[in-house]
Amino acid sequence: MSETPGAPGIRAESREEIALRGSEDVVRLRQAVRDRAVTLGLSLVEQTKIITAASELGRNTLQYGGGGKAVMTTVLNGTRKGVRLDFIDQGPGIADIARALTDGYTSGGGLGLGLGGAKRLSDEFDIESSPGVGTRVSIVRWKPY
Amino acid sequence: MNDTDKNKLAAIIRAHEAEILADWLKVQASVQTRHDQVHEAEVRTLSRDFLAALVEALRAGAAVDLRSETWSKVRDMLTEVSASRARLGFSPSETATFVFSLKQPVFSRLRKELGNDAQKLADETWAATAVIDKLGLYTTEAYQKTREEVIARQQRELLELSTPVVALWDDILALPLIGTLDSNRTQVVMESLLERIVETGASLAIIDITGVPTVDTLVAQHLMKTVQAARLMGADCIISGIRPQIAQTIVHLGVDLSAVTTKASLADAFALALDRMGARLEKKSAPAAVR
Amino acid sequence: MERIPILRMGRFLLVTIQVDMHDQLALTLQDDLTQRIVSDRAKGVLIDISSLDVVDSFIGRMISNIAGMSRVLDAVTVVVGMRPAVAITLVELGLNLEGVRTALNVEKGMALLQDRGL
Repeated sequence: MSETPGAPGIRAESREEIALRGSEDVVRLRQAVRDRAVTLGLSLVEQTKIITAASELGRNTLQYGGGGKAVMTTVLNGTRKGVRLDFIDQGPGIADIARALTDGYTSGGGLGLGLGGAKRLSDEFDIESSPGVGTRVSIVRWKPY
Repeated sequence: MNDTDKNKLAAIIRAHEAEILADWLKVQASVQTRHDQVHEAEVRTLSRDFLAALVEALRAGAAVDLRSETWSKVRDMLTEVSASRARLGFSPSETATFVFSLKQPVFSRLRKELGNDAQKLADETWAATAVIDKLGLYTTEAYQKTREEVIARQQRELLELSTPVVALWDDILALPLIGTLDSNRTQVVMESLLERIVETGASLAIIDITGVPTVDTLVAQHLMKTVQAARLMGADCIISGIRPQIAQTIVHLGVDLSAVTTKASLADAFALALDRMGARLEKKSAPAAVR
Repeated sequence: MERIPILRMGRFLLVTIQVDMHDQLALTLQDDLTQRIVSDRAKGVLIDISSLDVVDSFIGRMISNIAGMSRVLDAVTVVVGMRPAVAITLVELGLNLEGVRTALNVEKGMALLQDRGL
């Protein structure tokens, strides 16, 4: 799975890649997202939402994707700025995405809230997954003004 | 506009960049009402860089599509200029002048170079006008956007300042909401309430909506979420002042209020709150008559 | 190995989480607390999360687990100091920390534990 460039008219900059191989990496991921969110001037609640969403998805990548990476970029749409995170793995993939987005669904031993929760915490959410190929989950949080 | 036209335009500007820049700065200065050293130095650097970026983009030869990669540098600079001027309170004219004032120096240069060939002069002048107009319009749009953002932020700040959270008693807060609630305002107000709960250490908050004429799904949901959040934090909320119409709307919308304590009036809610605190209000015995 | 310190205050245990925990640290805390509840014969556990600016589902699960295990061991767990932004996010996430008592601060948390006659 590779990153998608995003919608036309939207530019990305300040690309940062965070490897997700072990649980310490999820801590590093949270820190990186926090720094970026603070730099962009997101409010406290907005920061918390995106860091939490990132934590959920990062953990998913680790637990269900067999490890992978998170790619963080600052996205620009005119004068509007935001943070975009792409979580990419080459794991087993998700066969039934719709079901996976329902809270409570889980194939492992977890609570299964990761995907649905991350979606609710973000302004934009996109997922692409093919069994046997891998998964890409993308989220964006825009600064509202 | 075909490629060779632009290259002509680009070539001419390039060949006489310094002069065009000097003229351009003069025109800008004559229109600007703000004069200070720092600003003038900034404008000089900005204009010089912009001219260079413009030439580069023109020479790339493709059609003038501001959204394309070729024009990204120019576009970014214009966005930056417009945004910063919008924030500083410049008028739309002053902001757009940055671009439009470029016409005069460019035209006079074109006249000098192509004066003998009327057709060529007309073509290049047209080409120059087309480009500069596009850039000017883009600047105006970017300016608009920023002004809207500034206003939105100011509105939000006003909302935060005007959140009326009242301490009714030790441990009991009241939030009397008045007026129409939209999703945005509700969110801001609810976040403020939660912050005040932490600051005051009040375990009970009464959200009174007597003064709210209507409530839609989003607002009702925000209210519910706030109550849930307060509970997670270790406090609780009572919603009071739900008028019959609102009660009907809420039931109609299918919002589940069963998990929240509701009271018809703020007074009832206050009595309940006191009760929960283990306190009670009593009348003193009749006061002695005052002589 | 780093661990989160657990303080004893009478019949209660107090844990203040001040770092962004990685999974191993969280699991170690769970184990340590369970052991201490037994060894100290604690009747209550106070978990102070006022320094945490993020609580995700993993930490949420950890907290629920601690509450569950302490209940089995006849102790009460109270989580204190949750920040508004965290609470709002948890609600959005759909995590309701079932079975976990909460209080606004350590003082109120202690009052809660003391009300239980501890």
